Amino acid sequence: MTDPTIKPLTMNFGPQHPAAHGVLRLVLEMDGEVIERADPHIGLLHRGTEKLIEHKTYLQALPYFDRLDYVSPMNQEHAFALAIEKMLQVEVPRRAQFIRVLYCEIGRILNHLLNLTTFAIDVGAMTPLLWGFEEREHLMEFYERASGARLHAAYFRPGGVHQDLPDGLLADIDKWAEKFPAFIDDMESLLTENRIFKQRTVDIGIVTLDEALDLGFTGPCIRASGLPWDLRKTQPYDVYDELEFDIPTGKTGDCYARYLVRIEEMRQSISIIHQCIAMMPSGPVMADDHKVTPPKRDDMKTSMEALIHHFKLYTEGFHVPAGSTYTAVEAPKGEFGVFLVADGSNKPYRCKLRAPGFYFMASMDQLSRGHMLADSVAILGSLDVVFGEIDR
Amino acid sequence: MPSLPKHSLPKDSLRQAETVEEWKQHFAVALRKSTEDITVFRGELSVHIELDQLIAVLTRLKDETGGAFTQLSDITAVDYPERTPRFDLIYQLLSVTLNQRIRLVVPIAEDAVAPSVTALFGCADWAEREIWDMFGIFFNDHGDLRRLLTDYGFEGHPLRKDFPLTGTVEVRYDDSERRVVYEPVQLTQEYRDFDYESPWEGAQTSMRQIDPSMIAHEPSSDEEQND
Repeated sequence: MTDPTIKPLTMNFGPQHPAAHGVLRLVLEMDGEVIERADPHIGLLHRGTEKLIEHKTYLQALPYFDRLDYVSPMNQEHAFALAIEKMLQVEVPRRAQFIRVLYCEIGRILNHLLNLTTFAIDVGAMTPLLWGFEEREHLMEFYERASGARLHAAYFRPGGVHQDLPDGLLADIDKWAEKFPAFIDDMESLLTENRIFKQRTVDIGIVTLDEALDLGFTGPCIRASGLPWDLRKTQPYDVYDELEFDIPTGKTGDCYARYLVRIEEMRQSISIIHQCIAMMPSGPVMADDHKVTPPKRDDMKTSMEALIHHFKLYTEGFHVPAGSTYTAVEAPKGEFGVFLVADGSNKPYRCKLRAPGFYFMASMDQLSRGHMLADSVAILGSLDVVFGEIDR
Repeated sequence: MPSLPKHSLPKDSLRQAETVEEWKQHFAVALRKSTEDITVFRGELSVHIELDQLIAVLTRLKDETGGAFTQLSDITAVDYPERTPRFDLIYQLLSVTLNQRIRLVVPIAEDAVAPSVTALFGCADWAEREIWDMFGIFFNDHGDLRRLLTDYGFEGHPLRKDFPLTGTVEVRYDDSERRVVYEPVQLTQEYRDFDYESPWEGAQTSMRQIDPSMIAHEPSSDEEQND
């Protein structure tokens, strides 16, 4: 009764909390309203993806990638497909490369729309979410028309994409992309100069460039800290080196800068989508090395060899030469890398998934110390975390 | 690419390297290794080092190569149960100024202790916790080496090759005890791991070599196809 010191209050944030963006348990040690220490407990969505991949053939392992960052599924598939292609040294047809880039950018907009709008709702603005989901619905329709699934697409395959795009889809995407910048303007009119939004985000969760490098930040989060680092430019894959786009960077490294960077990235993505549609060549969408890619359905009806290839590919699967590769793509959240160790068999010996969100989440303690409780929600929203990829 | 901020510009000759072979020579000099320790596969560089050199090599990469390799992309491990030493620790480094990646491969025995690199790279914190959790490789001087991804009170290291895919315990809500209880995994159907691997060139045994009694007693291959 005589001890005058106040014990810090330990508070549980999540695991069921709308602002936790999934299943995050954040144990906060509070001094009044100020955070003294944040200890994220993750793993509530851990499904053992890496272990499961070791027990599947390469093709069977591909759909797991949709289930990592389920907000932008195809971008993840891209990394895995590129890793396998690098190991097998398969040449991907140009049309397939353009389709992939097109859908990666659609995925980027899908991701940023969800992130920015839920970020806005975390700090008190509800309307962007309601508007944004309508646009996401259009984009998921494009996903569905190409792959048959709105979310878990399994569309990018080693050697190309699973099927060619249906007639008229490119025209519809183009039409949508014409209209979308007006939506970004509308959304910006609600947020960018909004006094409340700025009060909640400016100077909150500042990350300097050196800190960002040290913490393993990539993607929009490191660009918001001022480094123009984008794997699409610096280590281009598929046809990104033929397309023209700019890399937006922030100056301040705070939550507001991360928001601004993502807004501009959506505009750049629209430009890439237009270029892809304009430059889209005709031709096959799958490499014709049938030791790796399945034969056409028509051929299977007439060619014995095609039938055997099909059977072997979908039972045994293809073999990947022994070796290892670390292949990374610029996923919407940052660098998504696949470290693949092959032992020459039909299954990966080890497949480590480097998720950008994992390292964002790890920095939560450093970022939120000394901030108010409500700021931790803004920081979390601005980091863009999805637990599918963090917990794996 | 637009110009990079001034304070992170590289200061030394690593910058001039263009081909992978040139990079290999440069790294051999910079890390004081022989070129035999550096392998190139599909254009990617891997440096094979011993555990006791790890901190020195990482420090050299981070500081002495002009402050180039400032980002540790990832740390992971690979389990080779039949091999001694059993594990490989893998460090993926990235230089944003040189636009180059390099991978360190560090063999480590099951009972050995790895030095923590959290003092050099902040992001190693969770990466090492994950490796401790998944592989059971212990890191010295880490400071907070708790499990990361698995359940509270979990036993075992799931990404080791000898850990079963199905795990060892399962949970359910018990009505009478009114809490979640842990029980050993009971599979209603035996876990089946099909081996579809057979030589692409066709069957290697002729019918005569197969004992007819084997065919009569082992209908397993027919069953698999029906599923």
